[in-house]
Amino acid sequence: MSAYDIERLSRLIGMLPPAPAAWVRAARELPRARRELDNIVERAESDAEFRRALIADLETALQAEGVEPTWPLLDELRRRVS
Amino acid sequence: MEAARDAREAAPRSPTALSAELSDARLVARCRGGDEEAWSALVERFSRYVYAIAVQAFRLPQHDAEDVFQEVFARVYERLDTLREDEAVRPWIAQLTRRLCIDRLRAGSREITADTEELPDAPDEDVLAQLEESFDVHDAMARLSENCREILDRFFARDESYRAIGEALELPAGTIASRISRCLVKLREEIGPEARPESR
Repeated sequence: MSAYDIERLSRLIGMLPPAPAAWVRAARELPRARRELDNIVERAESDAEFRRALIADLETALQAEGVEPTWPLLDELRRRVS
Repeated sequence: MEAARDAREAAPRSPTALSAELSDARLVARCRGGDEEAWSALVERFSRYVYAIAVQAFRLPQHDAEDVFQEVFARVYERLDTLREDEAVRPWIAQLTRRLCIDRLRAGSREITADTEELPDAPDEDVLAQLEESFDVHDAMARLSENCREILDRFFARDESYRAIGEALELPAGTIASRISRCLVKLREEIGPEARPESR
């Protein structure tokens, strides 16, 4: 017989609700996002016009590549293109 | 047998299924090898935990919790190679989350009162301890049938009504209460005698 009673078990299950779906999706897509980031940086290194537009609006640039612009990604992109 | 297991693991799985099948150590090893399904499963396994630490133990507002959440997984992804023992991924993620929550609270505190050295609210240690137990319970749930897992999760963690659960799982709403009860008994059996004593 387990030491858990049903009430306590129910409460413990309820203590871990799902994180918001969009947050989880962005975290799952990190590997792809990193690849896209590399592509963007590579393109910025060879295309001055693109680089200027990129620096002016990093968030839109990431979104255009289908990447959720979370702050760690924006931060890294800013660091790599500045 | 190892080959059969590897073949099974190589087949495409949902993140939930893969997370339920693999130990922490195997999941980490596969992530380190560049397996994106395994990464997705790792996020699946720890996303609730990270979220709960930020929101329940540190009481961060949603926008701060989201930043911490994304930063935790970004760092885990970048630094998985530095983890010395693969099976220690859970305490590592917990510690990382706690540290980032504290950083966030300190930054917020600096903005409000730049002239004080006082730390903002400490985490609720009792909640942190209960979250560890809750994680173990969810681990045990992952070993139940998919049906039981879904019913218990939808009712207790997602706060869904009998009707919503019935519709989602194509079950008569009138049978949900008794299924919940049976699944809780199975869960209790699954946790078994190793459960901690009821001291709280």
